Amino acid sequence: MASPSTNVPAHDVAPEDLASVSRQTSVYVYEAPVRIWHWVNAAAILVLIVTGYFIGSPPPSMQIGEATEQFVFGYIRFAHFAAGWVLAIGFLGRIYWAFFGNHHARQLFYVPFWSAAFWAEVWFEIRWYLFLAKEPKKYVGHNPLAQLAMFFFITLGVSFMIVTGFALYAEGAQEGSLTHDLFGWVHGLTWNSHRLHTLHHLGMWWIVIFMIIHIYVAIREDIMSRQSIVSTMISGHRTFKDDRGD
Amino acid sequence: MSQIETFYEVMRRQGITRRSFMKYCSLTASALGLGPAFVPRIAHAMETKPRTPVIWVNGLECTCCSESFIRGAHPLAKDVVLSMISLDYSHVLMAAAGHAAEAAMAEAMETHRGNYILAVEGNPPLNEDGMFCIVGGRPFVEKLKEAAAGAKAVIAWGACASYGCVQAAKPNPTQATPIHKVITDKPIIKIPGCPPIAEVMTGVITYMLTFGRLPELDRQGRPAMFYGQRIHDKCYRRPHFDAGQFVEAWDDENARKGYCLYKMGCKGPTTYNACSTIGWNEGVSFPIQSGHGCIGCSEDGFWDQGTFYNRLTNIKQFGVEANADQVGLTAAGVVGGAVAVHAAISALKRAQKKTQDKVEG
Repeated sequence: MASPSTNVPAHDVAPEDLASVSRQTSVYVYEAPVRIWHWVNAAAILVLIVTGYFIGSPPPSMQIGEATEQFVFGYIRFAHFAAGWVLAIGFLGRIYWAFFGNHHARQLFYVPFWSAAFWAEVWFEIRWYLFLAKEPKKYVGHNPLAQLAMFFFITLGVSFMIVTGFALYAEGAQEGSLTHDLFGWVHGLTWNSHRLHTLHHLGMWWIVIFMIIHIYVAIREDIMSRQSIVSTMISGHRTFKDDRGD
Repeated sequence: MSQIETFYEVMRRQGITRRSFMKYCSLTASALGLGPAFVPRIAHAMETKPRTPVIWVNGLECTCCSESFIRGAHPLAKDVVLSMISLDYSHVLMAAAGHAAEAAMAEAMETHRGNYILAVEGNPPLNEDGMFCIVGGRPFVEKLKEAAAGAKAVIAWGACASYGCVQAAKPNPTQATPIHKVITDKPIIKIPGCPPIAEVMTGVITYMLTFGRLPELDRQGRPAMFYGQRIHDKCYRRPHFDAGQFVEAWDDENARKGYCLYKMGCKGPTTYNACSTIGWNEGVSFPIQSGHGCIGCSEDGFWDQGTFYNRLTNIKQFGVEANADQVGLTAAGVVGGAVAVHAAISALKRAQKKTQDKVEG
């Protein structure tokens, strides 16, 4: 056991620990509103996927009591609609924060399409995922490939689900309701709302695919990259594992 | 033509009592969702206004609209409505045939130019210059355009005229085309359904007669009073839907109990029509009440959404027929598999690097 001194990173540090010690810089990247939104959004999506799947393919009929005393499918739909509202309002709040938060909060909403450097770094990230690059680059925010994926899966994907979802909700709320006034026009694009149901249903799978990739990549990067990923969305701090430059 | 009789005159001539006439007016008012105050207005319109000339043409269709129309549920409807409008041409219902019929149509179009209502049952096929539907020796599409030119308004009867219906099903070899894509300069009111409900057909005509204008239309051009709500919104089996009590198979106990047909592919939740309120055959029943799901016959493309007996549509863009879940699950499976393989390689690479570091270190 090393004796406590100002240079020692922790008071229980062992000699073999000292061999791998680095300065451990950390940058505060995700502010509280972004982190809260992330987890609320994740919870809402989870509820939406499960209940949404059941709305398309209902669970087996249940005979708890007379139809007047039983509201099983009604509750499933209620949960879907409630989570949908949470998702939509959360998304609006997230857009608000893109304007008033730090510059990392804006990264989700755009792709620097005309920047050659951006695409060069996307290509580098692809090479990293194809095991062709030896070592990844360090990023405070999203790496360019992640930014691209976030934009298509979340910004566009969730927007699509919100618009189509509220258009379908407006059918039940009927003409004259707020949601019908705001989203009824969507039905003018598909006419038979059965088609809109199908598109919304495919959108769910788009989000499911995102979840698989997102969770895998977050954990993999946490282990294999040079920076923290998972804990960053909890604490807000990006910590780096080495002091080397990029 | 000297003087066109009013509806009332025609009705009285046919031996209908004033009492029956007033009953008809009040029933029509309630069918249109109008208050009692409108009954005298309807009566007044029918007593004073000349009958509206109607020219009824048939393209590619099965005549189910005509069949529905002549079965107007209110006893008076079938006697009256045919007299109430001045049906100057309808080759299904008229006695004349051949040249005499064509002459009648030409005369009606000339006499009432700019005033008649063109009722279109069926649609024109456009492929091969319209040769798949010949009426009076000429392609129907020509006759339709001609008749539309002098019309005040156009009624699209049924799913054929409104959307194309089964003859427009993929791959649509005759290129059957809904009439709003052929007639672009006239107000068109769509009365979809296969067929539409008789009372909806007569109700719309009565409205146009009484008020001299088209009723309020929804986004697709259907009268909002009949197509403003879904079958599902007024379905008497709705409590079973909310309870989560579904028919699971056609011959199960739940079917006998009259549970919700959602799992059997009922399209009530996506179909705008008045079946669950007005009913069919004098309000006797409608498909769901008879134990069969709604097939969505008043919706665009209902014929191309895969089986009628599943809630999930078939998607053909992927080459094979598959629903959203099959497509999505396959995609998710491929991505999940790729992730698993990628994770395995990542672990190997990492292990390899560690050994190397040890050797080098």
